[in-house]
Amino acid sequence: MTDYDINLRRLRMMWRIRHAEEVIAGWVESGLARTPCHLYIGQEAVATGICGSLTAEDQVWGNHRSHGHYLAKGGDLTGMLCEVLCRASGCAGGRGGSMHLLGREVGILGTVPIVGATVPLAVGGALAMRMQGKGRVSVAFFGDGCVEEGHVGESMNLAAIYRTPCLFVIENNLYSSHMHIRERRVKDNIATMADLYGMPGEVVDGNDIAAVAVAGATAVARARAGEGPSLIEARTFRWRGHVGHRMDQDVGVSRRGELSEWLPRCPIARLRARLLEAGVAPTLLEQLEVDSKAEVAAAAQVAEAAPFPDPSTLTDHVYAGGQS
Amino acid sequence: MSESTYGEGIHQALVALLEADPTVFVLGQGLWSPWYVGGTMTDLDKRFGRDRIMDAPVSENATTGTAIGAAMSGMRPIVVHPRMDFMLLAADPIINQAANWSHLFSAKVPVPVVIRAIINRGGEQGAQHSQALQAMYAHVPGMKVVMPATARDAYQLLVDAVYDGNPVMYIDDRWCYGQKGELPTGTVPGPIGMGAILRPGKDLSIIAWSVMVQEALAAAEVLAREGIEAEVVDLRAIKPWDRKLVLESVRRTGRALVAEASWATAGMHAEVAAVIASEAFDRLRAPILRVTLPDCPAPSARTLEEPYYPKAATVIAAARRLCGCSPSHPLRQATLAVPGWIC
Repeated sequence: MTDYDINLRRLRMMWRIRHAEEVIAGWVESGLARTPCHLYIGQEAVATGICGSLTAEDQVWGNHRSHGHYLAKGGDLTGMLCEVLCRASGCAGGRGGSMHLLGREVGILGTVPIVGATVPLAVGGALAMRMQGKGRVSVAFFGDGCVEEGHVGESMNLAAIYRTPCLFVIENNLYSSHMHIRERRVKDNIATMADLYGMPGEVVDGNDIAAVAVAGATAVARARAGEGPSLIEARTFRWRGHVGHRMDQDVGVSRRGELSEWLPRCPIARLRARLLEAGVAPTLLEQLEVDSKAEVAAAAQVAEAAPFPDPSTLTDHVYAGGQS
Repeated sequence: MSESTYGEGIHQALVALLEADPTVFVLGQGLWSPWYVGGTMTDLDKRFGRDRIMDAPVSENATTGTAIGAAMSGMRPIVVHPRMDFMLLAADPIINQAANWSHLFSAKVPVPVVIRAIINRGGEQGAQHSQALQAMYAHVPGMKVVMPATARDAYQLLVDAVYDGNPVMYIDDRWCYGQKGELPTGTVPGPIGMGAILRPGKDLSIIAWSVMVQEALAAAEVLAREGIEAEVVDLRAIKPWDRKLVLESVRRTGRALVAEASWATAGMHAEVAAVIASEAFDRLRAPILRVTLPDCPAPSARTLEEPYYPKAATVIAAARRLCGCSPSHPLRQATLAVPGWIC
């Protein structure tokens, strides 16, 4: 694939994430979506850049803010939108909602909102991959707030001593819910954790998809070669609040000044500008955006019309294997 | 056929499972130590290699989460907690993750993990080295909990747990390690949730599990000499548990005594008693009684341990009260006469 193709694919995916989340934001505002929705807008380059190095056989472990991870890994758009509306045809059967996305066929075994919970699960996925010997990789996406959970350190240590093909991607969007990183840490030095656990660590501009992709490719290649885990800190910013649709007001925090600094660093606009500079026709890029919007609108329409789960199915699947 | 101990039952089941199935591996603290887990892991690392018998740093949450993630990814891990008390640090991966996963994701990602929790008490070890927390886990939908009482079940329930296909907590009590019996062979699993009648009787049903089974059997011997024929039901699994067997037994005897070596309030014994009350009330000839620990953290001093842990004498006193022989035995208080509580 040429650089041109790769970049168009990246742009298409980032638009897809952005447009899907704009639809979800509208659903939250109108009350159609009741499940807590944590939007990823502004951070699209991180998931898209990292997942570009992965195949469907690799795993991605997400969190409460995982619409972007799910789509970037190849998850089904309609299935996700149905899930956000808790419909029976949702990717988790309407039992999950926005925070619980499932895409087994693309290596997403479930996303959950307990902070840091999937980090040890990702190490377990990586350990299984090492034992199964197929050169696959397990990626844990988590935020800067998650680093303050004790078991994240435990997990990095296990990943390192067991030499697992695991990649820790910290999306440092500066906020843990309402708290800025400088209110939570004496130093903004998360990436130095890598040294503590004896693995390579790199800080990248998380709004520059080319930089994210290069760091991701290096770490993924290292994991596939059996050389163990790596850590990437991608510095970025979420445009919306911690939860919900609002742009600059969430859980009592106004971030208008900070947001105005980050809006011009939009990862989509930056890639678009780069492509224009390289001579790609503006009409082509416009068409890409229009097509993406239309595709998302069609999926949203399916989701809005989809039925809710049947009440008689309430206690189904408490146990696997058809047991009750 | 030669007899083996309960501890040997665990060891031999692990050997059989590791030999038969390359997806089985063991992860947890103390696995390379000859004494840490009561001899149940001795030399397994030498036999199966340290890539399958993985000793771990003191990281309860991450080791448990790692085992669960591996289970979701096609393996059948057994994660070992040499003391159940420390396993509280892994409450999130067990309760929020493993137990919820099947329902949350429509059974599309099974979690065939075994969480082996060891109850290790007595010997003046005190409040944080003695707890029996099974009821907390049995409370959670999606979890299964087995508690072997015999050498045979130490083996068989481990095989059942590995092949159940769901998260199963396997709880072995070090006070059971001396139990002897014939062991099964092979790795043929049975369904979880079947109890067993270890001694038939017509006058009352003693429903017990784990360490209280041996106390109940000893009590039944003494009671028989007094003319009271006690039926001893070993529950084997507390989640799911064998309601049918228990209700049939209680309907036959008309009296129920539930014995569990854990606290009095909100124990698993309370659940068993409640189901008997609601489904066999018309056949009861006496109130349901329970034998439990006092509602008190585990003490250290031997003079306090003595009245803390219920024994055969406690079961005997409760049975006599149920059968109208000693109606004056006080409820919910430690006495000089018998250890533990009757409630």
